[in-house]
Amino acid sequence: MSIDSMFVHKMWNDKELAKMVDGGVPFPMLSDAGGKVGIAYGVYDEEAGVETRGRFIIDPDGIVQGYEVLTPPVGRNVSETLRQVQAFQLVRDSKGSEATPSGWKPGKMTLKPGPDLVGNVWKEWKTEMAFD
Amino acid sequence: MAEEVKAGCARPTGGLVGETVPEEPDEKQIEKRESKRMIQVGKKAPDFAAPGYQNGKFINTKLSDYLGKWVLLCFYPGDFTFV
Repeated sequence: MSIDSMFVHKMWNDKELAKMVDGGVPFPMLSDAGGKVGIAYGVYDEEAGVETRGRFIIDPDGIVQGYEVLTPPVGRNVSETLRQVQAFQLVRDSKGSEATPSGWKPGKMTLKPGPDLVGNVWKEWKTEMAFD
Repeated sequence: MAEEVKAGCARPTGGLVGETVPEEPDEKQIEKRESKRMIQVGKKAPDFAAPGYQNGKFINTKLSDYLGKWVLLCFYPGDFTFV
């Protein structure tokens, strides 16, 4: 979503993005002329009149689970975004009985918060697990 | 004379030149600050409707159309902004 019109979205997709992604981008490219949606999400830069690089993870109930906002010159990390979605999905599927510690990715161990785990995380989770 | 601008990832913008608009009354400023508050995790995402482009077609879509699915909502400064 950006403040560009859907006509500009079409040109960008058809003339440039389709050369990077086969068939063009598969998801909706939305137009927020005037920045109303950007204002509601806190990512509209009034001075520049454009939106910053905000990324929101919204769950199936419409609840915001996480967000990240960057200034224009730095691109996002799609793998990290997908990792976060996978973590939120795991937590949701476990109905909140499991939590993903720092550095978690699919296949790595999770934690089951409860009275026995208080003060005992060090026995199950080691600092090097925070890194790949 | 027009001067050449170096293209960066921040979209170049313009504005009024000269005298600035007089300060707004306090009440309006408070309202402005409130509207700038960041949304909160664990809270409902504001619903919206927006026109757009997808797979060769112009569309109208609503965030609430996607209830029941995981959604990644991404904002960016503008088309053709490089990164």
